[in-house]
Amino acid sequence: MTNKAPLLFQDQGLLQLRERVDELLREARSQGASAAEAGIGIEGGLSVTARLGEVETIENHKSQSLGVTVYFGRRKGTASSTDLSSKAIRETVTSACTIAGYATEDPHAGLPEPDQLATEFPDLDLNHAWDLGVDEAIELAVECEDSARHYHSDITNSEGAGVDTHQGMRVLANSLGFNHGYISTRHSLSCSVLGQRGNSMQRDYWYTVSRDSRDLESARRVGEKAAERTLGRLGARTLSTRQCPVIYTAECASGLIGHFIGAIRGGNLYRKSSFMLDCLGKQVFPEFIRIHEQPLLSKALGSSNYDSEGVRCRTRDIVSEGVLNGYVLSSYSARKLGMQTTGNAGGVHNLMVEPAGGSQAQLLQQMGAGLLITELIGQGVNTVTGDYSRGAAGYWVEDGEIAFPVEEITVAGNLRDMYRNIVAIGSDMDVRGNIRVGSVFIEDMTVAGG
Amino acid sequence: MISENSLALARDLIMSPTGLANQDIDRVMAELLSAPLDDADIYFQSSRCESWVLEDGIIKEGSHSIEQGAGVRGVSGEKTGFAYSDDIELNPLLDAARNVTRIARSGSRGTLAPVTSRSRAILYRPIDPLQSIPDSEKVSLLNRIDRETRKLDARIEQVIVSLVGVHDVVLVVGQDGRQAGDVRPLVRLNVSVIVEQNGKRERGSAGGGARTDYRYFTDEDRALEYGREAVRQALVNLDAVAAPAGNMVVVLGPGWPGILLHEAIGHGLEGDFNRKGTSAFSGRIGERVAGDLCTVVDDGSLPERRGSLNIDDEGVMTQNTVLIENGILKGYMQDKLNARLMGVQPTGNGRRESYAHLPMPRMTNTYMLPGPHDPEEILQSVDKGLFARNFGGGQVDITSGKFVFSASEAYLIEKGKITRPVKGATLIGNGPDVLTRVSMVGNDLEFDSGVGTCGKDGQSVPVGVGQPTLKIDGLTVGGTSV
Repeated sequence: MTNKAPLLFQDQGLLQLRERVDELLREARSQGASAAEAGIGIEGGLSVTARLGEVETIENHKSQSLGVTVYFGRRKGTASSTDLSSKAIRETVTSACTIAGYATEDPHAGLPEPDQLATEFPDLDLNHAWDLGVDEAIELAVECEDSARHYHSDITNSEGAGVDTHQGMRVLANSLGFNHGYISTRHSLSCSVLGQRGNSMQRDYWYTVSRDSRDLESARRVGEKAAERTLGRLGARTLSTRQCPVIYTAECASGLIGHFIGAIRGGNLYRKSSFMLDCLGKQVFPEFIRIHEQPLLSKALGSSNYDSEGVRCRTRDIVSEGVLNGYVLSSYSARKLGMQTTGNAGGVHNLMVEPAGGSQAQLLQQMGAGLLITELIGQGVNTVTGDYSRGAAGYWVEDGEIAFPVEEITVAGNLRDMYRNIVAIGSDMDVRGNIRVGSVFIEDMTVAGG
Repeated sequence: MISENSLALARDLIMSPTGLANQDIDRVMAELLSAPLDDADIYFQSSRCESWVLEDGIIKEGSHSIEQGAGVRGVSGEKTGFAYSDDIELNPLLDAARNVTRIARSGSRGTLAPVTSRSRAILYRPIDPLQSIPDSEKVSLLNRIDRETRKLDARIEQVIVSLVGVHDVVLVVGQDGRQAGDVRPLVRLNVSVIVEQNGKRERGSAGGGARTDYRYFTDEDRALEYGREAVRQALVNLDAVAAPAGNMVVVLGPGWPGILLHEAIGHGLEGDFNRKGTSAFSGRIGERVAGDLCTVVDDGSLPERRGSLNIDDEGVMTQNTVLIENGILKGYMQDKLNARLMGVQPTGNGRRESYAHLPMPRMTNTYMLPGPHDPEEILQSVDKGLFARNFGGGQVDITSGKFVFSASEAYLIEKGKITRPVKGATLIGNGPDVLTRVSMVGNDLEFDSGVGTCGKDGQSVPVGVGQPTLKIDGLTVGGTSV
């Protein structure tokens, strides 16, 4: 049995990819495009899952793709392929050019303004290859699942534990002379187990993810947390319909902030399909709320020097003292709105909501009686009106302490009111995603149940 | 017929450009079978997709993408090894096979559930929809929809029309070397509108699609009908009042509201969850899980429907599988791995998003058979409740059985009549008992218009749903009006 480490990318490979992406741009020019943007990505990795103490799946990943956008004046066409050969490059450019031939002149279409492109490329420390053999990965997954399964006798079954390690190499170039790339890694460990007590069967999970395997929570801890979360849900019941205060745990709160970001994205604003139209400079959160973007954080999951069109990412306050300072714009949406790009083509980078109000335990004390939401299911969010209605599970809280688990309930309100009615932001920030926020305490929502 | 022509065409479309010969495929399979595996397969795929988007009255964007590659899988007991390559060439495939055989450390050669090889008429023509009409006609279709839709009402602010076509060709090679192929066309058109009245905005959206070519949208005036439907929904919602909160009688309209079945019942009846005992339906075959008016099937063999396939992604012919018959749980949906481990036959539900993903049991077209009631009679029987006519998406926790689906168009029912429209709200219930509360089933079975996409473990596949009008005596409605 070989014990091969996953694919390792070197700077040499990055140089070759930067040459390849130049070939794409040259091809676009030779087929008549007046401007072009191109990208190539290659990634590889290993995913292993274990269930009931034994390996269940071993997956080797290795994928590649190239994409090109061509402009003929203000007409645009896009094409992509998983084949990186010179023949595929020619054919992909031809497809993009054909499409551009049918597109309509759009006065706002085009590459970013040259002075907006990133010019500085500090090392963000995103590349930490994990020299993990298949056998080691299996051992780790088994250890993780074992710690969950043996945590308590009410843990009766398992969906397994998984170990993933990925490394990717991406380059982006355009005909304004931008040509850059970077190598990054992402590793994770996850576990999902079932518990049973009487007629109640429940499942929950936990995961850890990071750029550097040394920053992951231990396999044992991930398993224990999965078990704790599952056990906590056993015996859950519904609630009667009521109005009450609500606390979103950090992992649920990131979705809540995500809806806000969706509403201030250029695409939704220029289409007038947002509940945050004309809110720039207005109070949209209470005064103690600060939301800022930190794209250059070392090792963070959302870090980047430039956005998906090469525009420099910037550190900025999107909301300060509760007032909306800026939108989330690409070059295109900015032009549609008569504004400047904010370096957010492709989204935000490490969005942070500053804590204000203490630990989650302190928030629960402050709430007294109310609902602690630990899981949300379904969509149920209307970005045009802000109307919000989602399925939920969690705990009913009495006197600041968890009283009993609840499920089969919905929480509903309007996002504009919900944001204004935030009472506190916990210090228990979840750093596993691109949106970092602690528990969020909202004064009043409608909870429906049986 | 399904087998020979589709296979020859698939082989031609995938293999010819690569230069890979049958003997190369045999070598890869031999490499796989050098290890003690219970099953092995190679899945070749070549897929082309295009999309066109009209917005602000102009053709704003178009894209074209090509994805091709091969996935190599080996199964040993409950264990699976998997690797794939974007290059359909001998050496990467041999490498992939070597990686896969690592799984077989303790494997024993078991017996595979034999796959019956029948033949039947193909469900859809093996065409390339991207080539079905010239690009100029695609563009003029979008422009026409935009023009005609904008004429419908002065309150329309924004019209977005998108057209997508997929030409997906797959070739599955089983461990016995047998090959099965399928050429899968898929088209989809969507119209979404924003309307404004006195500073209040609302969105409406409608669309459809099928496994055929783009002419589907010009036939029977379908494309313009999507525009009319999107505008109608948006205008209804402009007048919507706060939705009620709490448990009440809910009447679901026919067609797309069948997403209820997909979430509440369907996922919980997929073979993998039941083999592992993680579903709220595990071990409940033969038990009552629905009212006796309820018969629910999953049928991948409906002609041209979005969720249909001639063969699944393991080469097994799709079929009509009875899930619930007159309220009694009858069976699960299976892929080869879970069927073998549970000692039953595969049901043609082994599906995967692409060659870069592992297959698992997935739904195709899931629907409830019609019942005895006139839809009007059903509404008249309700003193106070909610009538939900249209839905967005849904989700389920298969272990606790709790599911949600979100209404996008709903009305209050008062004294047997539909009265005011209410805002969209999420409905939540418990899968194993929601259908036991179905007290009336309409005689008006409808399928959705061909818009469904189902996600599971990060993999998306096209699906369909259908149902007649249903009355549920108690479901929690997540509005804001207490």
